[in-house]
Amino acid sequence: MSQPQTIIDKLWSAHEILRRDDGESLLWVDRHYVHEGSFHAFGKLAERRAEVTEPGLTFGVADHYVPTRGSRRNIANPELARMVRQLEENCARHGIKLFGLDDSRQGIVHVVGPEQGLTLPGLLIVCGDSHTSTHGALGAYAFGIGASEVAHVLMTQTIWQKKPKRMRVSVDGILPPGISAKDIVLAIIASIGADGATGCAVEFAGSAIRALSMEGRLTLCNMSIEAGARCGVVAPDAATFSYLNGRPYAPTAAAFEQAVEAWSKLATDEGAAFDHEVALDAAKTAPIVTWGTSPQDALPIDASAPDPRQESNPERAQYLREALDYMGIAPGKKLTEIAIDRVFIGSCTNARIEDLRAAAAVLAGRASKVPGLVSPGSTLVKRQAEDEGLDRIFREAGLEWGESGCSMCVGINGDLVRPGERCASTTNRNFRGRQGPGARTHLMSPAMVAAAAVTGHLADVRELLSGRKV
Amino acid sequence: MEKFVTFTGTACPINQSNLNTDQIIPARYLKWTRAMGFGKALFYDLRFDSEGQEKPDFPLNNSVWRNSTIVVSARNFGCGSSREAAVYALYDFGVRCVIAPSFGDIFAGNAMQNGLLTAVVTDEEAAEIMGSLAQMPEFPVTVDLDQQTILCGNRTYKFRIDPIRRMRLLNGWDDLALTENYRERISAFKAEDKIKRPWTAPREQL
Repeated sequence: MSQPQTIIDKLWSAHEILRRDDGESLLWVDRHYVHEGSFHAFGKLAERRAEVTEPGLTFGVADHYVPTRGSRRNIANPELARMVRQLEENCARHGIKLFGLDDSRQGIVHVVGPEQGLTLPGLLIVCGDSHTSTHGALGAYAFGIGASEVAHVLMTQTIWQKKPKRMRVSVDGILPPGISAKDIVLAIIASIGADGATGCAVEFAGSAIRALSMEGRLTLCNMSIEAGARCGVVAPDAATFSYLNGRPYAPTAAAFEQAVEAWSKLATDEGAAFDHEVALDAAKTAPIVTWGTSPQDALPIDASAPDPRQESNPERAQYLREALDYMGIAPGKKLTEIAIDRVFIGSCTNARIEDLRAAAAVLAGRASKVPGLVSPGSTLVKRQAEDEGLDRIFREAGLEWGESGCSMCVGINGDLVRPGERCASTTNRNFRGRQGPGARTHLMSPAMVAAAAVTGHLADVRELLSGRKV
Repeated sequence: MEKFVTFTGTACPINQSNLNTDQIIPARYLKWTRAMGFGKALFYDLRFDSEGQEKPDFPLNNSVWRNSTIVVSARNFGCGSSREAAVYALYDFGVRCVIAPSFGDIFAGNAMQNGLLTAVVTDEEAAEIMGSLAQMPEFPVTVDLDQQTILCGNRTYKFRIDPIRRMRLLNGWDDLALTENYRERISAFKAEDKIKRPWTAPREQL
């Protein structure tokens, strides 16, 4: 019997072409996703007159700069049009399949990959975007890389990496009603810190994780980077296999059976050792919101904002003061008393069909007290939501129903939160200025954003769910 | 890539933890090309107000630190997005080394790719160095990658760096040149892997 291995070890060794004496490994890349922001890397190829070595394993998606309103065929803003055109030209030149704006499968790269069955268990996936960790939800080893590395992958289909430490985050127990994967992951980040998993690959395990849908697992792994993790992964199981069965790019028939057999062996062996272990009780998880300027600044909705005067560590007190000052929140203020100006439901974190259903369940028959935008994770999610009548619920509540893209999560397509405005958002980063210069972001689940919309302030969604089907 | 062995320069203390890549370069500048030079956008929203006026409190706007080539900061510097432009902004501004207790993984990798040194010290050492710089801002700091030391005033600090990154910076190695040596190993792996894991190929589309 060989040494028991973690899923992280198994994924790593399946891709290791070689390991040099200094400990650095050259890894084979199974899938490489590119987007408009990959232009720096394509520029490096052009400088060297180099070709893409495996165009068949490279897929392009237009998401970061795409408009969510107005014509998408004739983009009015010339700079946005140029960014999208650049991607189209680079993909065409190198023979890369592109899910562009004229494609009904377009969407956010981290939604499209799993949705199309391009993302599979056991694959090593890279993309020039930190939220590539999302794809680990299916049992892939997936991580974000910079432009120089993107160029290296385009030219060689390989990447140099040092094996990270292995961390297991176990979440056991049954999630109370109204609590989602977003609350779990915010609770984890609040507990271990924004650098709590730096240098680690994280496996999410435990009964509460097993019980999550694929959408929930994607949200969870998506935000593993916000704890500093290299990647997050959930062992593939029956839920994964049934999610993938019939997806356009996934194997079919006998090939699918063969794949499932291989994927079933990826799970961490009994007794395998991790470098770090963290545990969380699902039953004790409350709806979580962020109050500050880092995802680690997260608290249960029934708590109050911290008070720097109660903090004995002077550096921590200074940090709290600066964060509260930027956010415009009085020390010690009850979180449920914080009024909002706007809501955003979207992003690679929380814009899948289940997320839209959860928000719609709260909004149905109610009006939003503030303006807001809903941008579905992909054009296919948009169509499905419309088939289910969710778009009507959002519109009737007074929210805007937009097209799919990264949108107000990063604001580079022009969807911005105005300076000083406070936004309840389903996104992943509440950094200063993330949603626009001076914007104040509160991160939370889609249901919690809907609750904030209905009440006009941060609110406990559980109080709005009684008698409703969720 | 340019080699990094030793470097002496003015060091600017920016005492903020989790100084993420959105702070280092706001997303709206990411469509710039490298030829335009990203230095102007470095820490833009921390350096300038909404009217484009300098914020006098930000250390890099202090006349003694205006031309700094070393940045000293608190933990988790460069966390957040994978934008390599965060490194371009520091480098194009003239910064060759960032000293902090920890770095975002992707940022540290990008830094190495571009010849920017990320030197890891303890929280206490970072605080002490920042304290010394506040006392004697014009005092040059010397970073020696071979010895892994930081000389600040009359104190010498040992810093940590991943030994692989250290070797790469010392030699100015380029990833692509390195990988070129392993062409045959890559081809052999690919051929074997096709048999071992046939299910990895994306299904052909009609």
